[in-house]
Amino acid sequence: MTGGKNHKGALAGIKKWLNWLWNSSEKVEKEGLIEESAAPKPSANVAVKHTKRNGPKILMIGWELPPHNSGGLGVACWDLCEALVEDFKTDITFVLPYDAMIKSPFMKIKNCDSINFGKIAKNFNPKNAYSYPKRGLPKAEAENLEDDLVAQVERYAKEINSAIGSESFDVIHAHDWLSFKAGIKAREILGKPLVVHIHSTEFDRAGGDFIYQKVSDIEREGLEKADKIIAVSQFTKDKIVKHYQINPDKIEVVHNGVSYRRSEVSPSDVSALKRAGKKIVLFVGRMTIQKGPDYFIKAASKVSEVMDEAVFIMVGTGDMEKQMIEQAAELGLSDKVFFTGFVSGDEKNSLYKSADLYVMPSVSEPFGIVALESLINRTPILISKQSGVSEAVKHALKVDFWDTDEMANKIVAVLKYGSLRNTLQKKGAQEVKHITWDAAAEKCNNIYSGII
Amino acid sequence: MPSICFYFQVHQPYRVKKFRVFDIGKGHDYFTDDENEHLNNETILKKVAGKCYIPTNNVILGLLNKHPEFKVAFSFSGTVLEQLERFAPEALESFRKIVKTGRAEVLTETYYHSLSFLYSPEEFNNQITLHQKKVQDIFGVRPTIFRNTELIYNNDLAKTVELLGYKGILIEGADKILGWRSPNFVHRAKGTNLKLLLKNYKLSDDIAFRFSQQDWQEYPLTSKKFAAWLDSHDSSSDIVNLFMDYETFGEHHFEDSGILKFLGNLPGEILKNDKNRFVTPSEAIEVHEEVGELDVPDFMSWADIERDLSAWIDNSMQKDALKKLYILGDKILKSGDEKLIEDWRRLQTSDHFYYMCTKYFADGDVHKYFNPYETPYEAFINFMNALSDLKIRLKQTRSKVKKDLTPNKTVTRIKVKNNKGEI
Repeated sequence: MTGGKNHKGALAGIKKWLNWLWNSSEKVEKEGLIEESAAPKPSANVAVKHTKRNGPKILMIGWELPPHNSGGLGVACWDLCEALVEDFKTDITFVLPYDAMIKSPFMKIKNCDSINFGKIAKNFNPKNAYSYPKRGLPKAEAENLEDDLVAQVERYAKEINSAIGSESFDVIHAHDWLSFKAGIKAREILGKPLVVHIHSTEFDRAGGDFIYQKVSDIEREGLEKADKIIAVSQFTKDKIVKHYQINPDKIEVVHNGVSYRRSEVSPSDVSALKRAGKKIVLFVGRMTIQKGPDYFIKAASKVSEVMDEAVFIMVGTGDMEKQMIEQAAELGLSDKVFFTGFVSGDEKNSLYKSADLYVMPSVSEPFGIVALESLINRTPILISKQSGVSEAVKHALKVDFWDTDEMANKIVAVLKYGSLRNTLQKKGAQEVKHITWDAAAEKCNNIYSGII
Repeated sequence: MPSICFYFQVHQPYRVKKFRVFDIGKGHDYFTDDENEHLNNETILKKVAGKCYIPTNNVILGLLNKHPEFKVAFSFSGTVLEQLERFAPEALESFRKIVKTGRAEVLTETYYHSLSFLYSPEEFNNQITLHQKKVQDIFGVRPTIFRNTELIYNNDLAKTVELLGYKGILIEGADKILGWRSPNFVHRAKGTNLKLLLKNYKLSDDIAFRFSQQDWQEYPLTSKKFAAWLDSHDSSSDIVNLFMDYETFGEHHFEDSGILKFLGNLPGEILKNDKNRFVTPSEAIEVHEEVGELDVPDFMSWADIERDLSAWIDNSMQKDALKKLYILGDKILKSGDEKLIEDWRRLQTSDHFYYMCTKYFADGDVHKYFNPYETPYEAFINFMNALSDLKIRLKQTRSKVKKDLTPNKTVTRIKVKNNKGEI
């Protein structure tokens, strides 16, 4: 794997992100680093409304929320909380390790304001954030980065007290390894049960590459000390059992949902390609080993041998981006594979709408809400069997990520046979209506009831 | 008092192998999958022969020997007869023995177990002729009773079948066509003299579907119990038609469920009431008066809850596949290429489209149990890729034929003068 970004570029990017963060009402330009969500952004002056909540009082401990999120984690947390509050009148306080000046109409957002913000910013590379620590770095640098992050995580735990204050809670719910130490500390302080929520494991993020041992240790500690574990899929639960030897009875599977609000737009300029009779195959994700972009390109090559009108659009950036561009060129696909770089929110949705097929060739995907976003936009999906979402959706084409022959076979079939596309699209759009955050919230609420 | 008519359907398709887009234009055997056992027709046929055909035939033969009053009826698709010949000749021989007793009637159906009646009257006729010949060759009999693929039926079919010389036809005793009527009487198809034998689906499915269901009220079903149910029909019925897939015995319900023992004991129990008797379908229509005309304007079948065509013709993939398949018919038949025609016909078997059904896919239903492919989408992709290959072969055959008809250069050209004296 080629090395990561050079430091100069990273620093410039981070400075930009810092500026933006302090002026949180400004949008990041398209070349910016943070993925935006379409989450409502009330100005900092509006007081948070608190209608009467008579459900359980939950202390949620997280690391990011939209619009300052870098991947699925923040969005999933936000959407889950919204459903919990709407459906079960849950009283949620969501803690972040820094003051991101986010306000929510349905929950209290608190921060540990004594964490050194600058240090967080330096190591927080949003392009890879959900898979941090970052992959593709030289060993020494990787180790430094890991140490830095672990230090932040430990600091979070020290400071969690300030966020709790004198309030009481019924349950502590911590999201992913970054929040586990703080969660464990909160449990000590409050004497209340701890639920840890696995959105991804270190083994997923590694995608077959090396594991950050310290990160994995923290993950293990959280899993062992929690009273209950939530996994976003059976696929993830199996991984937890396999790699951490946790009793499966302790783990409950709660599939992620998908938010419709983020998905309503009209088709994009890609329509020019369509008018030229091209068929569009879409890849959306970080260009990192976990997401399997190299398998996508290999499949693209095989498809192009038998189908001239297929074009492949790769949306996203990451440590493997340069390598992918080179690989496409080497395979003679420069006129077939297009790299858009980072695309966010509305634009991303419009790409989904214009595409003929969305492909998610992930090596190890704990869930994969992106696939559901495609279905909402009425575009059929071809997904890796090594993913959580493949257990939740029936009307999709599925393939082992490494089987690029079969991947190509299925891509061609969808592009070639209109009735296949139509059936997948129609049935998939119907099916996705039942994969909701409300369902996830209900399961969480039952878990809370079970341990309070 | 009612006559009991047992009818068993014996069928295996030629399942399409895993056929990728890269296979198009290369190897042309669509029906031999050497890599995927669950798609290998030979393996499957041998397995079914071992679990169902041979053991159940032994039971049936035993019954025919023991009870001279015992009678049954069978229908064999052409595709299963071929596969029995190739892969399990002993099983075929045991079927022959059964038919030789003279108390096992054989019916006619479309050779390729196809939906051809719905798409091509010409092809439908072809497949009837082919089937008649096959049955004559193997069993030495000429059927007078017909059954269409999956008991698909409507008034138009009746007219066609009557014109072909058949005396009777088996159909599903679906509530929607019966209304107040009972399936336990011989009826007549509207506008014809063709007699209708209607499946008693409740009693048939008690054996075929519910036999092993432990949460069924009537579990376990014994031959005594079932015979008693038949007896209770005493005065209100002429005939009870028990129509089912032969794979009920040993395949859908394993031997250890007791189903073969059940079958073995049943005729004896039934005959304990000496007012009971067994009939073959042709005997049934001879012995029992028809009670009236039955109007079936829309197609119905014995498949799924709906008992209509939706098992095969429902989503756009199925419709697309069927349309693209049958549109080739004319040209393929004209090509004279036997292998091409055979492959085209093997692709007509209704099972292929059944596998593409998405009706209850999300619920993991009965279609999934029968589906050798992971999903209906996979079934469609394999089929369409094979069809694409067939199309290419057709094109090549036609251009070859064209070439052969092009005049040879050595032929002397005759100069002809027209009226004006020009050449």
